[in-house]
Amino acid sequence: MRYSGFKVLWEGLTGNRGWQPVWREPEPKSSYDIIIVGGGGHGLSTAYYLAREFGLTNIAVLEKGWLGSGNVGRNTTIIRSNYMLPGNEPFYELSMKLWEDLEQDFNYNAMVSQRGIINLYHSDPQRDAFARRGNAMIMAGADAVLLDRAGLEKQCPFLDFDNARFPIKGGLWQPRGGTVRHDAVAWGYARGADIRGVDIIQNCEVTGFLIEDGVCSGVETTRGTIEAKKTAVCVAGSSGRVMAKAGMRLPIESHVLQAFVSEGLKPVIPGVITFGAGHFYVSQSDKGGLVFGGDIDGYNTYAQRGNLPVVEDVCEGGMAIMPMIGRARLLRAWGGVMDMSMDGSPFIDRTHIAGLYFNGGWCYGGFKATPASGFCYAHLLAKDEPHPTATEYRLDRFISGGMIDEKGVGAQPNLH
Amino acid sequence: MIINHPLLGPRDASEFTYLGDASLIDRPDWQAEDAQQQFHDYLYLRDNPAGEHRELWFHEQGDRSWLVVTRNTLTHEITGVELARDVAMQRGRGR
Repeated sequence: MRYSGFKVLWEGLTGNRGWQPVWREPEPKSSYDIIIVGGGGHGLSTAYYLAREFGLTNIAVLEKGWLGSGNVGRNTTIIRSNYMLPGNEPFYELSMKLWEDLEQDFNYNAMVSQRGIINLYHSDPQRDAFARRGNAMIMAGADAVLLDRAGLEKQCPFLDFDNARFPIKGGLWQPRGGTVRHDAVAWGYARGADIRGVDIIQNCEVTGFLIEDGVCSGVETTRGTIEAKKTAVCVAGSSGRVMAKAGMRLPIESHVLQAFVSEGLKPVIPGVITFGAGHFYVSQSDKGGLVFGGDIDGYNTYAQRGNLPVVEDVCEGGMAIMPMIGRARLLRAWGGVMDMSMDGSPFIDRTHIAGLYFNGGWCYGGFKATPASGFCYAHLLAKDEPHPTATEYRLDRFISGGMIDEKGVGAQPNLH
Repeated sequence: MIINHPLLGPRDASEFTYLGDASLIDRPDWQAEDAQQQFHDYLYLRDNPAGEHRELWFHEQGDRSWLVVTRNTLTHEITGVELARDVAMQRGRGR
């Protein structure tokens, strides 16, 4: 079934009786070429690109709960490619380009909305740092515009420009950044993979790996043993406990990041805005709710909820740049478990166990990376060599010295 | 979260800053043959358990002592608080 404007119109006129389930619910087979552990955004996009780009379809995606029940349904839906370091920026720009073609590519409405993202700066040195970052972005083929105060006032007249403590001097604007309907990303990739023959198996928890003489030949699951030539893990916040079953310790800690939605409002915020002096970012959903968040709570946790001091901190950040936000009431708050790595950058790599691959360490920035993460992981799985934009995401980079530490804060995951 | 400080009694967690796994007390021997590998593992690799976790908290807005807090990472329940100094002494790290 292909979606189109005509199809929507036809179904509307005929009582919506022609819609079908978007993916099958197959029983697991006893063996596959590739098993992907984790049916979130990254796992599903990996399966999709393996099938579409590399023609591999004897693949199963194993998901412990229901499809997209983890961070792909819990994030603040922002996409951007405003990184600075050479190991990162080309990868995130690849992701942005994939976002731009995504809906035509997988024939599903993911509501990709390039409404722009503005990082505010509050001092002269910060303006210089943002100019440098903007130049790094442009060199990697991304777009960046340095706005002065007048330019910013035209777009966001509601900001508290003359705040006594953190006056707003301007911003670094990436017009191609924006937001995406996050659940639809998981559904669209799942549908695209399923149509091409990938088995998506829900309610199937991986309980162990079949490892003998340093070779992984499949997984034990709650629905039986499944063999595979290659096993690809991408379980985000659960990376630590899943890879522990393979006897591995990772350069990752799990932390909770909280997010918030206000009641629905008329359009007030044009794009995504981030605070440069504290940690606060906000956009407005198509339903009208202000979607915002800030820092991680800062301690190891697997609980999908946080504590009150961070709620207060996030709301103070909002009030500092746009006092009008104080008039909106909070509707919902929730938490997601972040796989915080030691340098704030991710991993897409083989492990020391043959046939076992790992994708994780996305910190609080995994959503924007969903297409490129899947594309590069699929490349690694299909060709056994990293994609040119993801050559730096190695698990051994802490001993080789190749850290990718955008913030320069060292091996302290709760500071990234 | 409330941390029951061994000297000061119950204190709000927001008075503390968090460092991480209490295994950071067990600094490797820099003169060992495989010191490079040991320091890599010590600095960068974590058990990251779901469940009981022993971790270092610093009472920055208080008496500036280091604590070893035993906390469940699934429920946030705190089941034990010790002075990091005492833990280090027990492990023969004190001087």
